[in-house]
Amino acid sequence: MIQQLAPVLVLIVVVVGFVVVSLSLTFLAGPKRKPTAQKQMPYECGIPGIDNQTTKFSVKFYLTAILFILFDIEVIFLYPWALIYTDFLNYGPFIFVEMMVFMAILTFGFIYVWKANALDWD
Amino acid sequence: MGSGLLEFIINTLKIALIFVGIVSTVPLLVWVERRGSAFMQNRLGPNRVGPLGLLQLAADAVKFIFKEEFIPQKAEKVLYFMAPGLALLPAALTFVAVPLSTPVTVMGHTINMQMADINVGIIYIFAVASLGVYGILAAGWSSGNKYSLLGALRASSQMISYELAMGLSIVGILMIFRTFSLNEMITAQTGHLSFIWQGSTTTVSWLPNWGIFFQPVAFVLFITSGFAETNRLPFDLPEGEAELVAGYHTEYGGFKFNMFFMGEYGHMITSSALITTLFFGGYAIPFMSPDEVLKFWMGHAQGMAGLISLSAADIASILTTLTHLVSFLLKTGFWLFVYIWVRWTLPRFRYDQLMDLGWKTLLPWALANLVITTVFMFFARVKM
Repeated sequence: MIQQLAPVLVLIVVVVGFVVVSLSLTFLAGPKRKPTAQKQMPYECGIPGIDNQTTKFSVKFYLTAILFILFDIEVIFLYPWALIYTDFLNYGPFIFVEMMVFMAILTFGFIYVWKANALDWD
Repeated sequence: MGSGLLEFIINTLKIALIFVGIVSTVPLLVWVERRGSAFMQNRLGPNRVGPLGLLQLAADAVKFIFKEEFIPQKAEKVLYFMAPGLALLPAALTFVAVPLSTPVTVMGHTINMQMADINVGIIYIFAVASLGVYGILAAGWSSGNKYSLLGALRASSQMISYELAMGLSIVGILMIFRTFSLNEMITAQTGHLSFIWQGSTTTVSWLPNWGIFFQPVAFVLFITSGFAETNRLPFDLPEGEAELVAGYHTEYGGFKFNMFFMGEYGHMITSSALITTLFFGGYAIPFMSPDEVLKFWMGHAQGMAGLISLSAADIASILTTLTHLVSFLLKTGFWLFVYIWVRWTLPRFRYDQLMDLGWKTLLPWALANLVITTVFMFFARVKM
Protein backbone atom coordinates (compact mmCIF):
# COMPACT_ATOMS: atom_id res chain seq x y z
CA MET A 1 0.00 0.00 0.00
CA ILE A 2 2.81 2.42 0.94
CA GLN A 3 4.60 1.41 -2.25
CA GLN A 4 1.49 2.14 -4.27
CA LEU A 5 1.12 5.60 -2.79
CA ALA A 6 4.78 6.64 -3.14
CA PRO A 7 4.14 8.40 -6.50
CA VAL A 8 1.43 10.44 -4.77
CA LEU A 9 3.97 11.77 -2.28
CA VAL A 10 6.38 12.62 -5.11
CA LEU A 11 3.61 14.43 -6.96
CA ILE A 12 2.68 16.43 -3.83
CA VAL A 13 6.29 17.64 -3.70
CA VAL A 14 6.20 18.50 -7.43
CA VAL A 15 2.92 20.45 -7.14
CA VAL A 16 3.96 22.34 -4.00
CA GLY A 17 7.26 23.17 -5.72
CA PHE A 18 5.36 24.46 -8.76
CA VAL A 19 3.09 26.63 -6.58
CA VAL A 20 5.97 28.10 -4.56
CA VAL A 21 8.17 28.77 -7.61
CA SER A 22 5.43 30.38 -9.69
CA LEU A 23 4.19 32.52 -6.80
CA SER A 24 7.69 33.77 -5.96
CA LEU A 25 8.31 34.38 -9.65
CA THR A 26 5.30 36.70 -9.75
CA PHE A 27 6.51 38.30 -6.56
CA LEU A 28 9.89 39.07 -8.17
CA ALA A 29 8.70 39.96 -11.67
CA GLY A 30 5.55 41.92 -10.89
CA PRO A 31 5.53 45.69 -10.50
CA LYS A 32 5.78 47.09 -6.97
CA ARG A 33 3.49 50.00 -6.26
CA LYS A 34 2.57 51.60 -2.99
CA PRO A 35 -0.94 50.42 -2.08
CA THR A 36 -3.51 53.11 -1.48
CA ALA A 37 -6.38 52.90 0.98
CA GLN A 38 -8.96 52.66 -1.81
CA LYS A 39 -7.06 49.89 -3.54
CA GLN A 40 -6.89 47.77 -0.40
CA MET A 41 -10.61 47.91 0.27
CA PRO A 42 -12.63 44.74 -0.34
CA TYR A 43 -14.01 44.83 -3.86
CA GLU A 44 -17.55 46.14 -3.95
CA CYS A 45 -18.68 47.44 -7.34
CA GLY A 46 -16.67 50.62 -7.09
CA ILE A 47 -18.33 52.38 -4.14
CA PRO A 48 -17.06 52.25 -0.52
CA GLY A 49 -18.17 49.04 1.19
CA ILE A 50 -20.95 49.40 3.74
CA ASP A 51 -20.79 45.88 5.12
CA ASN A 52 -18.02 43.45 5.92
CA GLN A 53 -17.42 39.72 5.92
CA THR A 54 -19.29 39.20 9.20
CA THR A 55 -22.47 39.30 7.10
CA LYS A 56 -24.96 36.80 8.46
CA PHE A 57 -25.64 33.84 6.24
CA SER A 58 -28.34 31.23 6.10
CA VAL A 59 -28.32 28.43 8.68
CA LYS A 60 -29.30 26.13 5.79
CA PHE A 61 -25.63 25.78 4.94
CA TYR A 62 -24.97 24.16 8.33
CA LEU A 63 -27.99 21.90 7.93
CA THR A 64 -26.82 20.75 4.51
CA ALA A 65 -23.39 19.94 5.90
CA ILE A 66 -24.88 17.88 8.76
CA LEU A 67 -27.18 15.96 6.41
CA PHE A 68 -24.25 15.36 4.10
CA ILE A 69 -22.22 13.73 6.87
CA LEU A 70 -25.14 11.46 7.81
CA PHE A 71 -25.80 10.27 4.28
CA ASP A 72 -22.18 10.10 3.21
CA ILE A 73 -21.33 7.67 6.01
CA GLU A 74 -24.17 5.43 4.85
CA VAL A 75 -22.86 5.55 1.28
CA ILE A 76 -19.43 4.49 2.57
CA PHE A 77 -21.09 1.45 4.19
CA LEU A 78 -22.48 0.45 0.80
CA TYR A 79 -19.09 0.31 -0.94
CA PRO A 80 -17.61 -2.88 0.58
CA TRP A 81 -21.04 -4.51 0.41
CA ALA A 82 -21.35 -3.79 -3.32
CA LEU A 83 -17.98 -5.42 -3.93
CA ILE A 84 -18.94 -8.82 -2.50
CA TYR A 85 -22.66 -8.81 -3.31
CA THR A 86 -22.80 -11.16 -6.35
CA ASP A 87 -20.28 -13.59 -4.89
CA PHE A 88 -22.06 -13.84 -1.55
CA LEU A 89 -25.43 -14.48 -3.21
CA ASN A 90 -24.20 -18.06 -3.69
CA TYR A 91 -24.39 -18.50 0.11
CA GLY A 92 -28.08 -17.63 0.29
CA PRO A 93 -30.24 -14.51 0.36
CA PHE A 94 -28.89 -13.16 3.69
CA ILE A 95 -26.76 -10.42 2.10
CA PHE A 96 -29.74 -9.31 -0.02
CA VAL A 97 -32.24 -9.17 2.88
CA GLU A 98 -29.75 -7.43 5.15
CA MET A 99 -29.11 -4.66 2.64
CA MET A 100 -32.82 -4.23 1.91
CA VAL A 101 -33.36 -3.61 5.63
CA PHE A 102 -30.50 -1.11 5.63
CA MET A 103 -31.87 0.65 2.55
CA ALA A 104 -35.36 0.76 4.08
CA ILE A 105 -34.01 2.52 7.19
CA LEU A 106 -31.98 4.89 5.01
CA THR A 107 -34.99 5.69 2.82
CA PHE A 108 -37.19 6.21 5.87
CA GLY A 109 -34.65 8.69 7.25
CA PHE A 110 -34.50 10.44 3.91
CA ILE A 111 -38.30 10.76 3.72
CA TYR A 112 -38.36 12.09 7.27
CA VAL A 113 -35.78 14.75 6.43
CA TRP A 114 -37.74 15.67 3.30
CA LYS A 115 -41.07 15.91 5.15
CA ALA A 116 -39.45 17.99 7.91
CA ASN A 117 -38.67 20.58 5.19
CA ALA A 118 -34.95 20.30 5.89
CA LEU A 119 -34.28 20.17 2.13
CA ASP A 120 -36.24 23.32 1.25
CA TRP A 121 -34.47 26.52 0.21
CA ASP A 122 -36.60 29.59 0.00
CA MET B 1 19.90 -1.39 -5.72
CA GLY B 2 20.91 -0.38 -9.25
CA SER B 3 17.61 -1.49 -10.80
CA GLY B 4 15.70 0.04 -7.86
CA LEU B 5 17.34 3.39 -8.52
CA LEU B 6 16.58 3.15 -12.24
CA GLU B 7 12.95 2.37 -11.44
CA PHE B 8 12.76 5.36 -9.10
CA ILE B 9 14.19 7.67 -11.78
CA ILE B 10 11.78 6.31 -14.40
CA ASN B 11 8.84 6.77 -12.05
CA THR B 12 9.84 10.30 -11.10
CA LEU B 13 10.29 11.22 -14.76
CA LYS B 14 6.89 9.73 -15.53
CA ILE B 15 5.26 11.78 -12.78
CA ALA B 16 6.96 14.96 -13.94
CA LEU B 17 5.93 14.25 -17.55
CA ILE B 18 2.29 13.62 -16.71
CA PHE B 19 2.17 16.71 -14.45
CA VAL B 20 3.65 18.85 -17.22
CA GLY B 21 1.12 17.21 -19.54
CA ILE B 22 -1.79 18.27 -17.37
CA VAL B 23 -0.40 21.76 -16.82
CA SER B 24 0.00 22.26 -20.56
CA THR B 25 -3.37 20.71 -21.40
CA VAL B 26 -5.11 23.36 -19.32
CA PRO B 27 -4.17 26.34 -21.55
CA LEU B 28 -5.07 24.22 -24.57
CA LEU B 29 -8.51 23.57 -23.07
CA VAL B 30 -8.90 27.28 -22.33
CA TRP B 31 -8.09 27.97 -25.97
CA VAL B 32 -10.64 25.36 -27.13
CA GLU B 33 -13.17 26.86 -24.76
CA ARG B 34 -12.63 30.43 -26.02
CA ARG B 35 -12.48 29.51 -29.71
CA GLY B 36 -15.33 27.03 -29.32
CA SER B 37 -17.57 29.50 -27.53
CA ALA B 38 -16.79 32.09 -30.18
CA PHE B 39 -17.73 29.57 -32.85
CA MET B 40 -20.99 28.74 -31.06
CA GLN B 41 -21.85 32.44 -30.61
CA ASN B 42 -20.92 33.39 -34.16
CA ARG B 43 -17.89 35.56 -33.34
CA LEU B 44 -14.14 35.17 -33.84
CA GLY B 45 -12.53 34.66 -30.44
CA PRO B 46 -8.78 35.11 -29.83
CA ASN B 47 -7.12 34.91 -33.26
CA ARG B 48 -4.38 37.57 -33.20
CA VAL B 49 -1.45 35.96 -31.34
CA GLY B 50 0.17 33.23 -33.43
CA PRO B 51 -1.56 30.82 -35.82
CA LEU B 52 -5.28 30.47 -34.94
CA GLY B 53 -4.55 32.40 -31.75
CA LEU B 54 -2.69 29.42 -30.30
CA LEU B 55 0.10 31.55 -28.84
CA GLN B 56 -2.53 33.41 -26.82
CA LEU B 57 -1.88 30.74 -24.16
CA ALA B 58 1.78 31.64 -23.84
CA ALA B 59 0.91 35.33 -23.81
CA ASP B 60 -1.61 34.74 -21.01
CA ALA B 61 0.92 32.80 -18.93
CA VAL B 62 3.51 35.59 -19.27
CA LYS B 63 0.89 38.20 -18.40
CA PHE B 64 -0.05 36.26 -15.24
CA ILE B 65 3.57 36.29 -14.06
CA PHE B 66 4.04 40.03 -14.62
CA LYS B 67 0.97 41.02 -12.60
CA GLU B 68 1.38 42.90 -9.33
CA GLU B 69 1.23 40.80 -6.15
CA PHE B 70 -1.55 42.34 -4.16
CA ILE B 71 -2.90 41.54 -0.70
CA PRO B 72 -6.25 43.03 0.30
CA GLN B 73 -6.14 44.77 3.67
CA LYS B 74 -8.70 42.54 5.34
CA ALA B 75 -7.24 39.26 4.10
CA GLU B 76 -5.87 36.53 6.37
CA LYS B 77 -2.45 36.56 4.73
CA VAL B 78 -1.26 32.98 5.28
CA LEU B 79 -4.51 31.33 4.22
CA TYR B 80 -4.90 33.82 1.39
CA PHE B 81 -1.64 32.61 -0.14
CA MET B 82 -2.22 28.95 0.65
CA ALA B 83 -5.71 28.74 -0.87
CA PRO B 84 -4.70 28.65 -4.58
CA GLY B 85 -2.27 25.83 -3.85
CA LEU B 86 -4.93 23.97 -1.85
CA ALA B 87 -7.28 24.26 -4.82
CA LEU B 88 -4.68 23.05 -7.34
CA LEU B 89 -3.29 20.13 -5.31
CA PRO B 90 -6.34 17.79 -5.23
CA ALA B 91 -6.99 18.45 -8.92
CA ALA B 92 -3.47 17.31 -9.79
CA LEU B 93 -3.46 14.38 -7.34
CA THR B 94 -6.67 12.75 -8.57
CA PHE B 95 -5.18 12.10 -12.00
CA VAL B 96 -2.52 9.83 -10.44
CA ALA B 97 -4.83 6.81 -10.30
CA VAL B 98 -6.18 7.02 -13.86
CA PRO B 99 -4.76 4.33 -16.19
CA LEU B 100 -3.71 6.00 -19.44
CA SER B 101 -2.77 2.96 -21.53
CA THR B 102 -1.46 -0.61 -21.42
CA PRO B 103 1.95 -1.19 -19.78
CA VAL B 104 4.82 -0.94 -22.25
CA THR B 105 7.72 -3.43 -22.20
CA VAL B 106 10.98 -2.18 -23.70
CA MET B 107 14.28 -4.10 -23.35
CA GLY B 108 13.06 -6.09 -20.39
CA HIS B 109 11.69 -3.08 -18.49
CA THR B 110 7.94 -2.83 -17.98
CA ILE B 111 6.63 0.70 -17.52
CA ASN B 112 3.09 1.21 -16.26
CA MET B 113 1.20 3.92 -18.11
CA GLN B 114 -0.38 5.02 -14.86
CA MET B 115 1.33 7.11 -12.23
CA ALA B 116 0.27 4.93 -9.30
CA ASP B 117 -1.50 1.58 -9.61
CA ILE B 118 -3.68 2.01 -6.53
CA ASN B 119 -5.85 -1.04 -5.83
CA VAL B 120 -8.63 1.14 -4.39
CA GLY B 121 -8.32 3.66 -7.24
CA ILE B 122 -11.94 4.76 -7.35
CA ILE B 123 -12.10 5.41 -3.58
CA TYR B 124 -8.78 7.26 -3.75
CA ILE B 125 -10.10 9.55 -6.50
CA PHE B 126 -13.31 10.32 -4.62
CA ALA B 127 -11.44 10.94 -1.37
CA VAL B 128 -8.90 13.30 -2.90
CA ALA B 129 -11.38 15.09 -5.17
CA SER B 130 -13.57 15.97 -2.20
CA LEU B 131 -10.59 17.76 -0.60
CA GLY B 132 -11.06 20.43 -3.27
CA VAL B 133 -13.68 22.03 -1.01
CA TYR B 134 -10.97 23.18 1.41
CA GLY B 135 -9.16 25.32 -1.14
CA ILE B 136 -12.38 27.08 -2.10
CA LEU B 137 -13.50 27.60 1.51
CA ALA B 138 -10.05 28.89 2.49
CA ALA B 139 -10.07 31.31 -0.45
CA GLY B 140 -13.54 32.62 0.33
CA TRP B 141 -13.00 33.01 4.03
CA SER B 142 -9.51 34.51 3.94
CA SER B 143 -10.27 37.17 1.32
CA GLY B 144 -12.24 39.34 3.75
CA ASN B 145 -14.90 40.08 1.15
CA LYS B 146 -18.55 39.21 1.56
CA TYR B 147 -18.94 38.11 -2.05
CA SER B 148 -16.04 35.71 -1.61
CA LEU B 149 -17.53 34.28 1.55
CA LEU B 150 -20.96 33.79 -0.02
CA GLY B 151 -19.41 32.21 -3.11
CA ALA B 152 -17.34 29.82 -0.99
CA LEU B 153 -20.36 28.81 1.09
CA ARG B 154 -22.41 28.16 -2.01
CA ALA B 155 -19.57 26.20 -3.60
CA SER B 156 -18.94 23.96 -0.61
CA SER B 157 -22.63 23.34 -0.01
CA GLN B 158 -23.16 22.44 -3.65
CA MET B 159 -20.10 20.20 -3.85
CA ILE B 160 -20.98 18.12 -0.79
CA SER B 161 -24.61 17.78 -1.94
CA TYR B 162 -23.68 16.42 -5.33
CA GLU B 163 -20.95 14.23 -3.90
CA LEU B 164 -23.73 12.13 -2.33
CA ALA B 165 -25.47 11.44 -5.63
CA MET B 166 -22.10 10.82 -7.28
CA GLY B 167 -21.02 8.36 -4.59
CA LEU B 168 -24.35 6.52 -4.69
CA SER B 169 -24.45 6.28 -8.48
CA ILE B 170 -21.13 4.42 -8.44
CA VAL B 171 -22.38 1.63 -6.14
CA GLY B 172 -24.25 -0.10 -8.98
CA ILE B 173 -21.10 -0.06 -11.11
CA LEU B 174 -19.11 -1.56 -8.22
CA MET B 175 -21.67 -4.36 -7.86
CA ILE B 176 -21.15 -5.30 -11.51
CA PHE B 177 -17.37 -4.96 -11.75
CA ARG B 178 -16.69 -6.26 -8.22
CA THR B 179 -13.47 -4.26 -7.90
CA PHE B 180 -12.18 -0.85 -6.77
CA SER B 181 -9.21 -0.96 -9.13
CA LEU B 182 -9.62 1.09 -12.30
CA ASN B 183 -7.29 -1.24 -14.21
CA GLU B 184 -9.44 -4.28 -13.47
CA MET B 185 -12.56 -2.32 -14.45
CA ILE B 186 -11.06 -1.63 -17.87
CA THR B 187 -10.07 -5.27 -18.29
CA ALA B 188 -13.66 -6.24 -17.45
CA GLN B 189 -14.96 -3.93 -20.19
CA THR B 190 -13.05 -5.36 -23.18
CA GLY B 191 -14.67 -7.34 -25.97
CA HIS B 192 -18.33 -7.70 -26.85
CA LEU B 193 -21.23 -7.07 -24.48
CA SER B 194 -21.69 -10.29 -22.55
CA PHE B 195 -23.19 -11.25 -19.20
CA ILE B 196 -24.31 -14.33 -17.33
CA TRP B 197 -28.11 -14.52 -17.21
CA GLN B 198 -29.39 -17.19 -14.80
CA GLY B 199 -26.36 -19.37 -15.31
CA SER B 200 -26.01 -19.10 -19.10
CA THR B 201 -23.80 -16.61 -20.93
CA THR B 202 -25.49 -14.15 -23.28
CA THR B 203 -23.47 -12.18 -25.82
CA VAL B 204 -24.62 -9.16 -27.82
CA SER B 205 -22.14 -8.98 -30.66
CA TRP B 206 -22.98 -5.48 -31.94
CA LEU B 207 -22.31 -3.66 -28.64
CA PRO B 208 -19.01 -3.22 -26.79
CA ASN B 209 -18.85 -4.50 -23.21
CA TRP B 210 -19.11 -1.01 -21.68
CA GLY B 211 -20.36 -0.04 -18.24
CA ILE B 212 -22.97 2.35 -19.66
CA PHE B 213 -25.00 -0.58 -21.01
CA PHE B 214 -25.16 -2.11 -17.52
CA GLN B 215 -25.85 1.12 -15.64
CA PRO B 216 -27.37 3.79 -17.93
CA VAL B 217 -29.11 5.65 -15.09
CA ALA B 218 -25.87 5.74 -13.10
CA PHE B 219 -24.17 7.34 -16.10
CA VAL B 220 -26.70 10.19 -16.26
CA LEU B 221 -26.46 10.74 -12.49
CA PHE B 222 -22.66 10.60 -12.58
CA ILE B 223 -22.19 13.08 -15.41
CA THR B 224 -24.75 15.50 -13.91
CA SER B 225 -23.04 15.48 -10.53
CA GLY B 226 -19.72 15.75 -12.35
CA PHE B 227 -20.79 19.13 -13.73
CA ALA B 228 -21.76 20.28 -10.23
CA GLU B 229 -18.55 18.97 -8.65
CA THR B 230 -16.41 20.94 -11.09
CA ASN B 231 -18.53 24.09 -10.60
CA ARG B 232 -19.22 24.32 -14.31
CA LEU B 233 -22.29 25.74 -15.98
CA PRO B 234 -25.22 25.05 -15.58
CA PHE B 235 -24.12 24.71 -11.94
CA ASP B 236 -21.58 27.55 -11.65
CA LEU B 237 -23.52 29.31 -8.88
CA PRO B 238 -20.34 29.79 -6.77
CA GLU B 239 -19.09 32.35 -9.27
CA GLY B 240 -22.41 33.56 -10.66
CA GLU B 241 -21.00 36.88 -11.88
CA ALA B 242 -24.35 38.68 -11.98
CA GLU B 243 -24.82 38.27 -8.21
CA LEU B 244 -21.43 37.57 -6.63
CA VAL B 245 -18.88 39.44 -8.82
CA ALA B 246 -16.66 36.35 -9.18
CA GLY B 247 -17.47 34.30 -6.08
CA TYR B 248 -14.65 32.85 -4.00
CA HIS B 249 -11.87 34.26 -6.20
CA THR B 250 -13.12 37.86 -6.32
CA GLU B 251 -10.02 39.15 -4.50
CA TYR B 252 -7.52 37.08 -6.48
CA GLY B 253 -5.53 38.14 -9.50
CA GLY B 254 -2.48 37.16 -11.51
CA PHE B 255 -1.00 33.71 -11.02
CA LYS B 256 -3.05 32.97 -7.92
CA PHE B 257 -6.22 33.33 -9.97
CA ASN B 258 -4.63 31.16 -12.63
CA MET B 259 -4.20 28.37 -10.08
CA PHE B 260 -7.93 28.29 -9.29
CA PHE B 261 -8.50 28.13 -13.01
CA MET B 262 -6.04 25.26 -13.41
CA GLY B 263 -7.70 23.49 -10.49
CA GLU B 264 -11.11 23.73 -12.14
CA TYR B 265 -9.81 22.42 -15.45
CA GLY B 266 -7.81 19.71 -13.69
CA HIS B 267 -11.01 18.47 -12.04
CA MET B 268 -12.67 18.56 -15.46
CA ILE B 269 -9.91 16.40 -16.97
CA THR B 270 -10.11 13.84 -14.15
CA SER B 271 -13.88 13.79 -14.30
CA SER B 272 -13.82 13.14 -18.07
CA ALA B 273 -11.20 10.44 -17.63
CA LEU B 274 -13.35 8.83 -14.92
CA ILE B 275 -16.47 8.88 -17.13
CA THR B 276 -14.39 7.20 -19.83
CA THR B 277 -13.00 4.60 -17.43
CA LEU B 278 -16.21 3.69 -15.64
CA PHE B 279 -18.71 3.78 -18.50
CA PHE B 280 -16.85 3.66 -21.81
CA GLY B 281 -14.16 1.04 -21.43
CA GLY B 282 -11.24 3.34 -20.52
CA TYR B 283 -8.31 3.02 -22.88
CA ALA B 284 -9.62 -0.26 -24.37
CA ILE B 285 -10.53 -0.19 -28.04
CA PRO B 286 -14.17 -1.25 -28.64
CA PHE B 287 -14.55 -4.97 -29.53
CA MET B 288 -10.78 -5.62 -29.21
CA SER B 289 -8.89 -6.74 -26.13
CA PRO B 290 -5.34 -5.39 -25.59
CA ASP B 291 -3.97 -8.86 -26.41
CA GLU B 292 -5.62 -8.84 -29.83
CA VAL B 293 -4.18 -5.37 -30.53
CA LEU B 294 -0.74 -6.65 -29.52
CA LYS B 295 -1.12 -9.64 -31.85
CA PHE B 296 -2.14 -7.30 -34.69
CA TRP B 297 0.94 -5.13 -34.23
CA MET B 298 3.14 -8.23 -33.83
CA GLY B 299 2.24 -9.16 -37.41
CA HIS B 300 3.33 -5.74 -38.66
CA ALA B 301 6.35 -5.30 -36.39
CA GLN B 302 8.39 -8.05 -38.07
CA GLY B 303 8.99 -5.85 -41.09
CA MET B 304 9.92 -2.80 -38.98
CA ALA B 305 12.37 -4.64 -36.72
CA GLY B 306 15.15 -4.31 -39.29
CA LEU B 307 14.80 -0.52 -39.54
CA ILE B 308 15.25 0.36 -35.84
CA SER B 309 17.53 -1.36 -33.35
CA LEU B 310 14.63 -2.78 -31.30
CA SER B 311 13.22 -6.27 -31.30
CA ALA B 312 9.84 -6.95 -32.92
CA ALA B 313 8.24 -7.60 -29.53
CA ASP B 314 9.40 -4.19 -28.24
CA ILE B 315 8.05 -2.37 -31.28
CA ALA B 316 4.72 -4.17 -31.03
CA SER B 317 4.49 -3.31 -27.33
CA ILE B 318 5.21 0.38 -27.97
CA LEU B 319 2.70 0.52 -30.83
CA THR B 320 0.02 -1.18 -28.69
CA THR B 321 0.54 1.33 -25.89
CA LEU B 322 0.38 4.24 -28.34
CA THR B 323 -2.84 2.90 -29.91
CA HIS B 324 -4.49 2.62 -26.52
CA LEU B 325 -3.22 6.03 -25.48
CA VAL B 326 -4.83 7.58 -28.58
CA SER B 327 -8.05 5.71 -27.80
CA PHE B 328 -8.01 7.06 -24.22
CA LEU B 329 -7.28 10.61 -25.36
CA LEU B 330 -10.06 10.52 -27.97
CA LYS B 331 -12.65 9.31 -25.46
CA THR B 332 -11.57 11.73 -22.74
CA GLY B 333 -11.30 14.55 -25.25
CA PHE B 334 -14.86 13.93 -26.33
CA TRP B 335 -16.18 14.28 -22.76
CA LEU B 336 -14.07 17.40 -22.26
CA PHE B 337 -15.70 18.83 -25.35
CA VAL B 338 -19.14 17.94 -23.92
CA TYR B 339 -18.21 19.94 -20.80
CA ILE B 340 -17.43 22.98 -22.94
CA TRP B 341 -20.42 22.43 -25.20
CA VAL B 342 -22.87 22.28 -22.27
CA ARG B 343 -21.38 25.43 -20.75
CA TRP B 344 -22.26 27.45 -23.83
CA THR B 345 -25.66 25.85 -24.32
CA LEU B 346 -27.50 25.74 -20.99
CA PRO B 347 -28.44 28.69 -18.78
CA ARG B 348 -27.59 28.82 -15.06
CA PHE B 349 -29.82 27.32 -12.36
CA ARG B 350 -31.21 29.29 -9.42
CA TYR B 351 -29.71 28.25 -6.09
CA ASP B 352 -32.83 26.63 -4.63
CA GLN B 353 -33.38 24.78 -7.91
CA LEU B 354 -29.81 23.55 -7.76
CA MET B 355 -30.18 22.18 -4.24
CA ASP B 356 -33.57 20.67 -5.11
CA LEU B 357 -32.05 18.90 -8.09
CA GLY B 358 -29.26 17.49 -5.95
CA TRP B 359 -31.28 16.37 -2.92
CA LYS B 360 -34.78 15.79 -4.27
CA THR B 361 -34.08 14.43 -7.74
CA LEU B 362 -30.60 12.95 -8.09
CA LEU B 363 -30.43 11.38 -4.62
CA PRO B 364 -33.81 9.52 -4.83
CA TRP B 365 -32.98 8.40 -8.36
CA ALA B 366 -29.61 7.10 -7.22
CA LEU B 367 -31.25 5.23 -4.32
CA ALA B 368 -33.91 3.78 -6.63
CA ASN B 369 -31.26 2.75 -9.17
CA LEU B 370 -29.34 1.00 -6.42
CA VAL B 371 -32.37 -0.88 -5.07
CA ILE B 372 -33.54 -1.91 -8.54
CA THR B 373 -30.05 -3.15 -9.45
CA THR B 374 -29.86 -5.11 -6.21
CA VAL B 375 -33.28 -6.74 -6.67
CA PHE B 376 -32.65 -7.44 -10.34
CA MET B 377 -29.30 -9.06 -9.68
CA PHE B 378 -30.84 -11.13 -6.89
CA PHE B 379 -33.64 -12.60 -8.97
CA ALA B 380 -32.03 -12.81 -12.40
CA ARG B 381 -28.55 -13.69 -11.10
CA VAL B 382 -26.99 -11.39 -13.69
CA LYS B 383 -23.23 -11.40 -13.60
CA MET B 384 -20.66 -9.76 -15.79
